[in-house]
Amino acid sequence: MPASSLNPAVPIPQAAAAERPSIPSILHEWVTTTDHKRLGLMYIMAGLLFFVISGCMAALIRVQLAFPNNDFLPPQMFNRMFTMHGTAMVFLVGMPIIAGLMNYLVPLMIGARDMAFPRLNAFGFWIFLFGGGLLYFSYLAAPGLSGAGSAPDVGWFAYSPLTGKAFSRGHSTDYWILSIMISGIGSIASAINVIVTVITMRCRGMTLMKMPMFVWIVLVVAYLIVIVLPPLTAAQIMLLLDRFLGAKFFDTQAGGSAVLWQHFFWIFGHPEVYVLILPGFAVATEIIPVFSRKPIFGYAVMVGASVMIGFISLGVWAHHMFTIGMSAMSNTFFATSTMLVGIPTGIKLFNWLGTMWGGKIRFKTPMLFCVAFLFQFLCAGLTGIMLAVAPFDWQLSDSYFVVAHFHYVLIGGLLFTIFGAIYYWFPKATGKLLSEKLGKWHFWVFLIGFNLTFGPLHIAGILGMPRRIYTYDVGRGWDVWNLLASIGVIFQAVGILFFVGNILWSLWKGKKAGDDPWDAWTLEWSTTSPPPPYNFEVLPEVRSRRPLWDLKHPTDPDWKYE
Amino acid sequence: MGAARRRKPKILRREGIRAARATFPLTQNHVNPARISKLKRLGLVVAGGTGSWAFGADSAQVHSIANIFKPLSAPAEAVYEISLLALLVCAGIFLVVGSLLAYAVVKFRSRPGDEGTEPPQIYGSNQLEMAWTAIPILIVFVLVLVTARTTADVQNHPLPEDSLKVRVVGHQWWWEIHYPDHGVITANELHIPVSSRDQRRPTALRLESADVIHSFWVPQLAGKTDLIPNRANDMWVEPYQTGTFLGNCAEYCGTQHAKMLLRVVVETPEEFARWIASQKAPVVQDSSAQAGRDLFFNTSCVNCHRISGTAAEGVFGPDLTRLMSRSTLAAGAASNTPENLRLWVQNPHTIKPGCLMPDMQLNPAEVEKIVAYLLTLK
Repeated sequence: MPASSLNPAVPIPQAAAAERPSIPSILHEWVTTTDHKRLGLMYIMAGLLFFVISGCMAALIRVQLAFPNNDFLPPQMFNRMFTMHGTAMVFLVGMPIIAGLMNYLVPLMIGARDMAFPRLNAFGFWIFLFGGGLLYFSYLAAPGLSGAGSAPDVGWFAYSPLTGKAFSRGHSTDYWILSIMISGIGSIASAINVIVTVITMRCRGMTLMKMPMFVWIVLVVAYLIVIVLPPLTAAQIMLLLDRFLGAKFFDTQAGGSAVLWQHFFWIFGHPEVYVLILPGFAVATEIIPVFSRKPIFGYAVMVGASVMIGFISLGVWAHHMFTIGMSAMSNTFFATSTMLVGIPTGIKLFNWLGTMWGGKIRFKTPMLFCVAFLFQFLCAGLTGIMLAVAPFDWQLSDSYFVVAHFHYVLIGGLLFTIFGAIYYWFPKATGKLLSEKLGKWHFWVFLIGFNLTFGPLHIAGILGMPRRIYTYDVGRGWDVWNLLASIGVIFQAVGILFFVGNILWSLWKGKKAGDDPWDAWTLEWSTTSPPPPYNFEVLPEVRSRRPLWDLKHPTDPDWKYE
Repeated sequence: MGAARRRKPKILRREGIRAARATFPLTQNHVNPARISKLKRLGLVVAGGTGSWAFGADSAQVHSIANIFKPLSAPAEAVYEISLLALLVCAGIFLVVGSLLAYAVVKFRSRPGDEGTEPPQIYGSNQLEMAWTAIPILIVFVLVLVTARTTADVQNHPLPEDSLKVRVVGHQWWWEIHYPDHGVITANELHIPVSSRDQRRPTALRLESADVIHSFWVPQLAGKTDLIPNRANDMWVEPYQTGTFLGNCAEYCGTQHAKMLLRVVVETPEEFARWIASQKAPVVQDSSAQAGRDLFFNTSCVNCHRISGTAAEGVFGPDLTRLMSRSTLAAGAASNTPENLRLWVQNPHTIKPGCLMPDMQLNPAEVEKIVAYLLTLK
């Protein structure tokens, strides 16, 4: 049955708008919802909550490191802080915000009414939230219910044998294992849902090569999640067996292998980095064309590059292990595969440049964040190439240079595009525009803070400062760079205050957005803001990648050229 | 035939360079002030200098700023060369792409009056996309070749038969150091000889761990290599300047990872020989500290510490035979002064909170006796 023949006369259930719903009923609605948009928003809100918590931990870490021989935090508390900061930022901030964006946007962009498995979707969210809670619960209960709690202190990559029973007593490491395993179940559920939804529920006319780039890239991300999370879960189960049942997988005292854990972890951990950064690309690939007023440059090549990044990223994991004493041949292999990732990534950067070239760029807040992303990701990519040069990595590995590099990826790349995404789609989700004025304050203050914090840390690393040290002595040449980095945190925190303030103020008094505030082209802008629970009154039908462009320019539609 | 003839000299040339490097590593890479000043002009050298570049400088000099762009040892120098190349290539790419981005952002910004009009809609360009696929492939190709070469050069570098061999065992949170050919055991401060133009004196390090993973990193001497339990790793250093070089454990290894510092004392061959001899000399019993000695041997100190030639044969803590010949305590956590030693014996956790040496609950008089005894271990 063609979509257009759906009878518009069938009454669509309306929320009882007459009386104000009570708070318990609102709560009940949100807790029991299977609506992809509500789940998406809950994912993002939970992610932002964890972001603020682990951001505060990062601030405490920077206070401790601002001065040499500082004793603001005792060593073990410091070690717990960076473990919780890293673990939470990856698993409880990056992953859920990405899941939230995918959940919210994929059905809207492909013209569907919901995800393929709405209840699995709800399950995924709640199990993730439970896993996240479990991680923080370790602060209360880790050594066992009778003892005073403590969070894990083994670092986010939890290298064995430091995680073995002999070196990690109590249960804090068990909390780390279980909470990541459990929230991983949520991620896998979410990924399967995205794959099935994209494959089976696209609206009429939307062939794979007419999907918005965002959908293409998150499809690659979803496949990556399904492929790489199981090795981590497997390794964590082996570690649990070691810890509880006396297995010897990683127990070096009994002949186990410490390197085995690293292989398992990084075969997950490196593709995980692409799981985190590809959605950033996805967001940029939506925002940059709209604000440059041009279609994405080289769509087919962009699709190919995204798939290639996903594919190559599965073969680069041991570049995290250049210092473990692999053979020169293995080191060269992984150096090569790592540098190869630079090629599709470079293509993407050039295609974004090609998109802006000849455009009429409107510097609204979402675009500002994306332009900063381009510069910062360029830095991150290039320091990544340096780290891929195995001998250079013998010096840089586990130094503050690496810390700076991956924060340029994850903040300069991912977080900036997440902010861009929030400024871009907030009007769709709430019907209100975020304030441009506060948005620009947020952008500039955060931009300065971020670069002030992480730029100098490259130099600290070059001067031999290892990561994960709770203090350092005077006279190593690290003082000034650390102080600058810590000062940068103040700016970042103020930037975040502008952001939170902007959201609250705009929810309260923001300008009405209308359906299509940015004059954009993908399907989510064709429905109301916020969209009704069923998304589209009539399921859309598309003929090109920019269906709304076709509508707005009936004399010169895209499908003539694609 | 002609092609083969053209190729041959190139291969010969490259082999030639490699051979030259292997045989005379110091002729090229020994102190080259011209290159350093070029670096400084580029703004790459960011911290203050480590002082004299003169060969055979004062061996008491402490190279406290461990700048990886100021290598003072053959493997670090090889890494430095490729690092500089990678850095320059990346800086070049940054300048080109960054300026293109900046140009696009400025040039193609929307101007007043643009509202309601759309720019020409361009969907792509096969030629351009081919170009910006091909150029990165070429760059990667070059970087892969130099990476392969330096990786093999450093990792498979043949060392002379008579190189000094040292076994380093990582512990939470200190370094156990063995000189198997000399029968010397020490801790935390590695003494090695300096290489010179006419005589190579590289040191081969065999790296092991007693507990968790650690990493041996003295940036000016070489890149880092991990110390992994149940696995032996090898690395080598060949410093061409004397002095004390600082480094850290570079793999997170638990609570006191931060205070697992390394000191490498590079000495002239004569100084090194004297040091080895002093470490090997029979321990002289100093009767002045008999009370402390009795106390030491009657408490559990001996369970963890070793003092050569005595009943103290513990292996969990650092060897104390020549404790007072070391300049720091607790893997660089404090300088080795009588006051610090007193603090340490009284309660190690005031200096290194969370370290594995327990607070022995000694009373002040007992602390004095133990310290008096330790001060005799010269």
